[in-house]
Amino acid sequence: MDLLHVKRVYKSYAEHKALHNISLHVKEQSIFGLLGPNGAGKTTLIRIINQITGPDKGDVFFQKEKLAPKHIAQIGYLPEERGLYKKMKVGEQALYLAQLKGMSKREAKLKLNQWFEKFEIDGWWDKKVEELSKGMAQKVQFITTVLHEPKLLILDEPFSGFDPINTNLIKKEILELRDKGSTIIFSTHNMESVEEICDDIALINKSRKILDGKVTEIKEAYKSNIFEIVFSGNMIAFSTALWTAFEILEKKQVDNRIHVKIRANKASDVNELLQVIVSKVQVISVHELTPSMNDIFIQKVQEVMPESLEKEVINE
Amino acid sequence: MNKIKLIIAREYLTRVKKKSFIVMTLLGPILMAGLMIVPIWLATKDKDIQIIEVIDETGKFINQFENTKTLLFEHQFTNIELAKENFYETKYTSILHITSTDQNSNVKMYYKKQPGISTVQKIKHTIENGIRNIDLENKFKITKSQIEESKPKVDIESISIDIEGEEESKDVGISTALGFGGAIMIYFFIFMYGIQIMRGVIEEKTSRIVEIIISSVKPFQLMLGKIIGIALVGLTQFLSWIILTVLLYSVVMAVFMGGDLETLSQGQQALDNPEVQEALKAMGGADSLTPKAMIDGIMSEIPLTKLLLSFLFYFLGGYLLYGALLAAVGSAVDSEADSQQFMMPITIPLIFSFVVAQTVMENPDGPMAFWLSMFPLTSPIIMMVRIPFGVEIWELLLSMTLLILGFIGATWMAAKIYRTGILMYGKKVTYKELWKWLFYKG
Repeated sequence: MDLLHVKRVYKSYAEHKALHNISLHVKEQSIFGLLGPNGAGKTTLIRIINQITGPDKGDVFFQKEKLAPKHIAQIGYLPEERGLYKKMKVGEQALYLAQLKGMSKREAKLKLNQWFEKFEIDGWWDKKVEELSKGMAQKVQFITTVLHEPKLLILDEPFSGFDPINTNLIKKEILELRDKGSTIIFSTHNMESVEEICDDIALINKSRKILDGKVTEIKEAYKSNIFEIVFSGNMIAFSTALWTAFEILEKKQVDNRIHVKIRANKASDVNELLQVIVSKVQVISVHELTPSMNDIFIQKVQEVMPESLEKEVINE
Repeated sequence: MNKIKLIIAREYLTRVKKKSFIVMTLLGPILMAGLMIVPIWLATKDKDIQIIEVIDETGKFINQFENTKTLLFEHQFTNIELAKENFYETKYTSILHITSTDQNSNVKMYYKKQPGISTVQKIKHTIENGIRNIDLENKFKITKSQIEESKPKVDIESISIDIEGEEESKDVGISTALGFGGAIMIYFFIFMYGIQIMRGVIEEKTSRIVEIIISSVKPFQLMLGKIIGIALVGLTQFLSWIILTVLLYSVVMAVFMGGDLETLSQGQQALDNPEVQEALKAMGGADSLTPKAMIDGIMSEIPLTKLLLSFLFYFLGGYLLYGALLAAVGSAVDSEADSQQFMMPITIPLIFSFVVAQTVMENPDGPMAFWLSMFPLTSPIIMMVRIPFGVEIWELLLSMTLLILGFIGATWMAAKIYRTGILMYGKKVTYKELWKWLFYKG
């Protein structure tokens, strides 16, 4: 079931078009990656979901209901440009932010203590924010975002400013929150983390959605049957074993091992190839080179919009 | 509504708990008392006693000079050259050399240290008086004692008659002082706390917390909460100042009362001293205010309730109006340094109204006074100055209505700018853009 449904949303500022006919389905209890280069319109979309601003056209549904102020308490938002009141104490500040989300003071205090313990920062309650390092402040911000146990968690570049250890800590938390029932929208340029944790993605470029779907399906759709075979033995023997279904893209020798990249017509051809070459060379490894999300991202963003489509946009 | 309360509470508590607030609250009355007392103290203490050697070649000024606490005249029948020669061996601070009693006399004064203007004035006055007395006696045969007999003293009681023929006597002096004092307070309050609103908004923007907060509350709620929270901080400060001042005053009074009477009488003399009154007048811009006159004034039929209610209204109305505008300015800039270009048009009416307040007092029913007391950006100060002189009720109501409308308009505008501005980083905003922001849809 969809937790969030963005339906044909348009938004523009003066001369600048920020979102053009964007539709998204975010499944309940999934991690949804919202990808796109800078200025693509991600932040605008996130702000619409957070009701910081409204769409010019189109609707957003939260659990089948039209998005309304009452949903604010069920959304947790960690903006990309984030900060805290520098002069306020950590504990007071976290309490304040939790209460703004509708928690009672007592409940917030209880939960905060649990989280502070979990993140091993229980000594910080009375510290002023300006005394914290950036990474420390990020931890506090993450806690204040998830404290009220929102159904929907929107994280905009959550890993920026974290060292690898804390990145892992947050990653683990994100997965754990999903397993406990939260749905997470995750906006980033960091494609590695997308492959690691996202279930679905949508790619937005120049205010339009240019790609969406399950991460595994997208990767499947974009794979081009390229395999890398590593063997030791005679290169000529290997080459003669190939037939027209294959194309050698690259070969290199490392010590006495030969690495060859070949493109096959279809994946099943590789099986047959192996049968032929096992007897001629010593096969060390065979693996399919699937495109990384990073490759797909770059490829899709660089694809030039056909001119006819461009005109159509202007006429609209 | 609950969220606004939370915001107000945060804005209020974080400021009130600051050390600088506590220090200012405690020091304020002391500084204020210092500001009042030091000039008086200086006027009495700092003045060294002048002993003037009078060499009167005409011999007609004997007994004409009256000694005062600080001015002592001593007639010496000696040669001026001799006196000058021995000047530095004598106790005299200056030598007054009078050679004739002509109408346009030239009198010379030799001194070791330049005497103050008031001393010179006093001497000049005495000599002029003396010459007049001599003239009167010589030419018109009027003796000095006859002149003494005729020293009229006039008090003017001003009584207004309204259209129904109802008479009302007003002590314009006191109520003018109160009105002007109120205007000054409004001016400082708007400046001090309006700027704090702007700073608060900039702080939220630069610390990047604003986006987190407005994902929980509406920008308008945040803005309003801030304005109200800071208003309460200001009211707290003013109230504590008043209470502390009253306490301080009673303590000082008790000490004086308990102390020797001479100190008290000196204090009273200090107040009676025309120079001190001059100083007081310059400070307060009002007529001479002795504590007794003050109390008497308050007791008499000043439109005190009217004054107080109007004060509260213009105090809050002016603050809210300017507060909303300053919040908008804060939201449109990235740092306080950038705020100058937008501050100008806001502070100019405020400073202008403060500057022309004096002029308005001189002609409280003139066209300038009227229009400035209608225009919402100037009315809080100008109307406060006008009220003591009596303002038609329709004018007052119109001015108040305009101020309310001005406040609503400013808040509407500010909310629009604020909403867009707080999420706009790293961009120099122009007036043209601000104008566009007004018409963005939510």
